[in-house]
Amino acid sequence: MKAKVFVTFKEGVLDPQGKTIKNAIVSLGYEGVEDVRQGKYFEMTLDTLPKEKAENLIKEIAEKILANPIIEQFQYHIE
Amino acid sequence: MKFGVVVFPGSNCDHDTYYVLKEVYKLDVDYIWHKQTTLSSYDCIILPGGFSYGDYLRSGAIARFSPVMQAVINFAHQGRLVLGICNGFQVLMEAGLLPGAMLRNKTLKFICQDVHIRVEDKQTPFTTLCREGEVLRLPIAHKDGNYFADAKMMKELKKNHQIIFRYCTPEGTLTEEANLNGSLDYVAGICNRERNVLGLMPHPERYAESILGNEDGKRIFDSIITYLSKEK
Repeated sequence: MKAKVFVTFKEGVLDPQGKTIKNAIVSLGYEGVEDVRQGKYFEMTLDTLPKEKAENLIKEIAEKILANPIIEQFQYHIE
Repeated sequence: MKFGVVVFPGSNCDHDTYYVLKEVYKLDVDYIWHKQTTLSSYDCIILPGGFSYGDYLRSGAIARFSPVMQAVINFAHQGRLVLGICNGFQVLMEAGLLPGAMLRNKTLKFICQDVHIRVEDKQTPFTTLCREGEVLRLPIAHKDGNYFADAKMMKELKKNHQIIFRYCTPEGTLTEEANLNGSLDYVAGICNRERNVLGLMPHPERYAESILGNEDGKRIFDSIITYLSKEK
């Protein structure tokens, strides 16, 4: 069983890397990109667990270590 | 008076810090390996600079779960002195002993150069000998030193006078140019509400001997030592 966890900056937190990437995209001549926010992506392989248990496990790990709740938020998918 | 310098895998200012206390001040000091879990014989614990665990995930995020950190948290809760320098500051924030978090520097570059910081408050064991408004020249060496706290945290920090150092010009003026990493409100160092835990990004241990041409770092070590000797 696999879990995919996405960690991104909260709204209002400055993301200097995202800004620089956005500027690079604009300087390449692309139009229509308003903003870029960079984040982190984790792929975790889990033992086979009931879905609810797996969700609780991933939530706990994400809150405790993968994301820093002061600046970051997370989303996850379990497959 | 006994100091402990914590050594995480990847710490690299542990020797400088140890050297200052041992050789410059001739004090009792031990290295504390990150697996140690008792700190009862120490008066002040220092978390040094470096790249604990390679700064993987986020600076300080893995070190925060080292066995020694539960002991550091208990030590701090007993009101004893904990100083975090650079990476040590990042570890203290990840551990919840100090509020806030570090973002990447606004320039996206690793910055290694001297900066000026202004002492904003002398009511801490770490600045007791400083004058308020005094300017110290100290080096920084970091990529993630862009201090962030949400509006609520920032309000608390100001209300409780927890902002202890701010980046400034050599004359002591707060300007965006002097705030190289882009820190919110020019923050270079903060303490906890109880004022016994302090973190700062600049490195006082790198400027603590006259042969190096600058002893401004001693203002902080002198303050700690004076505070501890009065306490005894």
